Amino acid sequence: MRLVLTEYSVALVLLAVLLVLFGLYLSWTATRLDRLHVRLDAARVALDAQLLRRSTAALELARSGLLDPATALILAAGAREAQSADPDEREAAESALTRDVRASFEDPTQAQQVRAAHGGPELLDELGRSLRRVQLARRFHNESVRAVRQLRSHRLVRAFRLAGRAPDKPNFEIDDDPPVALAR
Amino acid sequence: MRIGIVCPYSFDVPGGVQNHVRDLAEHLIGLGHEVSVLAPADDDTVLPRYAQSAGRAVPVPYNGSVARVNFGFLSAARVRRWIHDGNFEVLHVHEPGTPSLSLLACWAASGPIVATFHTANPRSRAMLAGAPIVASAMEKINARIAVSEYARRTLVEHMGGDAVVIPNGVDVGFFAGQQPRPEWSGETIAFVGRYGEPRKGLSVLLEALPAIVEARPNTRLLVAGRGDEDEALRSVPEHLRKRIEFLGMVDDVDKARLFRSVDVYCAPNTGGESFGIILVEAMSAGAPVLASELDAFSLVLEGGEAGVMFPTGDAAALAREAIGLLGDPGRRDALRASAAASVRRYDWSVVAADILSVYEMVTESTARVTANGGPR
Repeated sequence: MRLVLTEYSVALVLLAVLLVLFGLYLSWTATRLDRLHVRLDAARVALDAQLLRRSTAALELARSGLLDPATALILAAGAREAQSADPDEREAAESALTRDVRASFEDPTQAQQVRAAHGGPELLDELGRSLRRVQLARRFHNESVRAVRQLRSHRLVRAFRLAGRAPDKPNFEIDDDPPVALAR
Repeated sequence: MRIGIVCPYSFDVPGGVQNHVRDLAEHLIGLGHEVSVLAPADDDTVLPRYAQSAGRAVPVPYNGSVARVNFGFLSAARVRRWIHDGNFEVLHVHEPGTPSLSLLACWAASGPIVATFHTANPRSRAMLAGAPIVASAMEKINARIAVSEYARRTLVEHMGGDAVVIPNGVDVGFFAGQQPRPEWSGETIAFVGRYGEPRKGLSVLLEALPAIVEARPNTRLLVAGRGDEDEALRSVPEHLRKRIEFLGMVDDVDKARLFRSVDVYCAPNTGGESFGIILVEAMSAGAPVLASELDAFSLVLEGGEAGVMFPTGDAAALAREAIGLLGDPGRRDALRASAAASVRRYDWSVVAADILSVYEMVTESTARVTANGGPR
């Protein structure tokens, strides 16, 4: 009788240990997921900041008087659209701005003209830098999205609802290729 | 900005990662940033002022060769203390996918982390076994940088996820500004590297030498780097040996002067290159480049626009191209001009500005780098 009891209690202790280990694993996974969510939020903030910087640079160049009025109008309108777009139209508007910038500087003499003018190099360099930064920020953002999704698709994460009510964030997909004249 | 950089390899061993970290740190300091580099070092190693020792690296077998690594709780504690004392705004780790100081730093730190991946190599069993262990440390990295498209592809295949490409930097002005040496000029071909290593490909060049000398009898081959001369010359016919000069180890100034002097710089490497910074150095100094068709080299040479390529390991093709180049000054000038234009994007001024953009981006949220209380 005593022997049976001992075996029974050993099994019980073993079960308790396993449960504790499993709980630790779950809490560690939850911590990882939380960290990834924080990282994604930070990446999104950075991306928004770079997009704003880019549209501001385009707007400043448009208002500088260094461009012909047609090009200036195209750039200014593109920048305004990008800045005021609703969230669900954001990607389309930002892509459109990229294409406006590309169209404006497709002819390399355009950039040369602006560069020759007083204050021109600063405005062009700022636009070029901001185009590059949008590319960087978007890569980092989408990489964070991928990491979050990968962990969220984990069986245990789904079964125990470790992601809570955090919404699934989508990639940010835009055309962000700079014109050759403004590329690094 | 207060920047902490982790270099996994010791500064007293020559290598691409160490050079990159040293140049980056010095360039950032020159721009007025505060930089601290954590690197392995022996007790008697003299470190640059901005560097701190993480203790001695211990040789252990890893991934089919012997790696010198800092590991264990003592190393982890040192890393944690450095992070704590440094109060960095951003932490920049190099090569965190291997067992290294960088991996320990990812493990020990919270806050903005940037990582640079240097290697390009085929998927290995060690990496597969380590993937889940590395994954949770890697998840903390806010921004990943690969030094070449090739290194980026390796990263994507091995660990998933993406990276931006920012190349290794070269001080273009330094290489372009050195004086040629007359004794190294006039129908000369240069080879630079540890020529004892088969993958550096000196044997391919030596195999091509008889044909080259037959067509251009004044050709001389200048070999710079460490190695065993007798061993290297064993396969070379007696009468050709006087056409080869061994310069031994050369410093950066002499390397630049060598590139400034020669008619052709030849890189006959047979593999294992992820970037090819030496090609960029040669191009900066105005040496026409003749290189094997490795992916990494092809990217630097823009598919043959900025240098001549031959099928990897093909000595006959190497000889043909070398003879063509040596006999055509106009073609060499054209290559120099197009190389000079394409190396501009590798200049440290451009590369460091790009890396700083990444730092600024990940520090957009105001959090600083902090050391975790313990392993997690």
